[in-house]
Amino acid sequence: MSQTIVKPSRPWLPSPRERATDLGLLLVTFLTSYAVVELTPMKGKLAYFFVFFFAFALYSLIKGSITRDFMNGVDQFFSIVMLLGMTLVIIPTADILYTVFDKGRKGIHSGLLTTDMGLATPSDPITNGGLLHAITGTLILVLVALLISLPIGILTALYLTEIKGGFTRPIRFLVQAMSGVPSIVAGLFILSSIIYPITKSYSGLAGSLALTILMIPTIARTAEEVLNLIPNDLREAGVALGGTQWRTVAMVVVPAARSGLITAMILGVARIVGETAPILLVTGGGDTVNLDPTSGAMGSLPFYIWKSFLIGTEESIARGWAGLLVLLVLVLILFTLARFLGTRRMK
Amino acid sequence: MTAGGLSSLLVLGLIAIFLGYQGFEILVKEGFSFITTSDWIVETDTDGAIVNTKFGLAAMLVGTALCALMAVLIAVPISVAAAIFLSFYAPSSIRNFLVSVIDLMAAFPSILFGFWGLFVLMPSAEYWAKLINKYLGFIPLFEVEPRFFTRSPFIAGVVLAIMIIPIVTSISREIFSQTPLDRIQAAYALGATRWNVIRTVAIPYSRGGIVGGSMLGLGRAMGETVAVYTVLNIVYQINWNVLFGAGGNVASLILLKFGEAQPYEVQALMAAGLILFLLTLLVNFTADQIVARYGSKGR
Repeated sequence: MSQTIVKPSRPWLPSPRERATDLGLLLVTFLTSYAVVELTPMKGKLAYFFVFFFAFALYSLIKGSITRDFMNGVDQFFSIVMLLGMTLVIIPTADILYTVFDKGRKGIHSGLLTTDMGLATPSDPITNGGLLHAITGTLILVLVALLISLPIGILTALYLTEIKGGFTRPIRFLVQAMSGVPSIVAGLFILSSIIYPITKSYSGLAGSLALTILMIPTIARTAEEVLNLIPNDLREAGVALGGTQWRTVAMVVVPAARSGLITAMILGVARIVGETAPILLVTGGGDTVNLDPTSGAMGSLPFYIWKSFLIGTEESIARGWAGLLVLLVLVLILFTLARFLGTRRMK
Repeated sequence: MTAGGLSSLLVLGLIAIFLGYQGFEILVKEGFSFITTSDWIVETDTDGAIVNTKFGLAAMLVGTALCALMAVLIAVPISVAAAIFLSFYAPSSIRNFLVSVIDLMAAFPSILFGFWGLFVLMPSAEYWAKLINKYLGFIPLFEVEPRFFTRSPFIAGVVLAIMIIPIVTSISREIFSQTPLDRIQAAYALGATRWNVIRTVAIPYSRGGIVGGSMLGLGRAMGETVAVYTVLNIVYQINWNVLFGAGGNVASLILLKFGEAQPYEVQALMAAGLILFLLTLLVNFTADQIVARYGSKGR
């Protein structure tokens, strides 16, 4: 007995004919934009870009109207308009990544991560001196800021999710307001409250304190979101076993949210690692390795980049790009880590 | 934990108190002219003693508003279009990737935008400014006389726009995703196309939230220092012509003057910082209220 095996059809997928039409449309659009730019006085990439999207949207309108009706054509037209918006978002990102990798590449040399600028001036050939002082400085600044802001940020989040006391609404609002504090104001605040009245000198600690102000809201808000995802069953189970609220939070809720809280921490670090304005005001920015945050000027990556670009000679600008590359790689690593932990949490 | 929770209140309060305390003398001496005049003069005699000072922020405040508004005007249409694309048009296979890219862009430090803007964007943006001036120059806002296009508020606005695009996009996307599914499906069931659904259901429902998100972007753009400082020419004169290479910005002024400032001038900078702080607080507060009111409920 013969049996016919029915091949499952997928009517929602575009048929080969539709694919061919789409491809043809794209080709015609390319030709149109080329012809228009060649034949009219408009020139340059800008003209290509906009003529291409204009023609693409127009052709989609016509094609959609022919294949179904005018409403469908309008729908196709706006899908291209939205695609234009998306493209305009992606282009700068791609260009920033490309530029930094392309220009920063030239500043990479063997001593970049092992020497500091103590014996080199920024205008020396690029192989003299390196980033050691800036990297150690940034690590110390971030570490100290983290030590202060992590407990405060997580306690704030715990207050918002676990205690839910009478201050929940105002505190949530204040955290939101704090995340809008301009970074230079944070620097001025440390300047006016600590450096002028008390220490009277620049130091790494002052920089860390300024960064703390910017970091707390990021950690608090991310941690709050994470803690809200912890199922209430766990809390109820903890209380049912006779735990006080404090013990339930410390032994059950926080361990359950651990990877999420680490994500919050990483996002906080990513927020401040490249922060420049407050660093310029309060750290002083030395050229040699300084491991003591409490005294003496401390270099850091943003300060180094800033200084290199402002000097403006060919070598110092190359140094600046190399610094930006290192900073960008740091941000990329932190971002990937946060993503990795974030998606693992969801599973 | 309550103490931890209240720390944010403490910090915000302390910021206002200390900046106010340090800037008090200047604010009292200058009075309202601190925000209504544009001179920033420190005259010293040969010994370096200060003989005459005049501090006014008007040009900087106008410049800050101009740059930030321009950033929002450029960024919001692009961001909303991108958010609509991500929410309604993008196939799910590339959506996650694009969302990651936008999140990554939000994590870029501002110094990156600043120097990218200075070295890469500036030549193109100058060319765009000339095009706008050529074809729209009859509008008073776009007049440029003398013809000097470099480091204009327009360029600063473009850089700021690129900086706030990821913020506005992700807020808009979040708000679009809160559109009730039953209304969307009801519209589809009535034979609507995707564009009909967006126009008649999603956009009316999300309008308030998008306005709030744009204002959060505005607050961020107003407080930005480094990215503006690198691409803006600071001039102590009110300038409304956005394409002309002269502008002002409170945050950049603080950074510019800080290096050379004597203690007395630093007090004026503290006062300027206080004004900036209160201004961004106000904008963010309004934005929060709008998001809180319309964000989850719709119209």
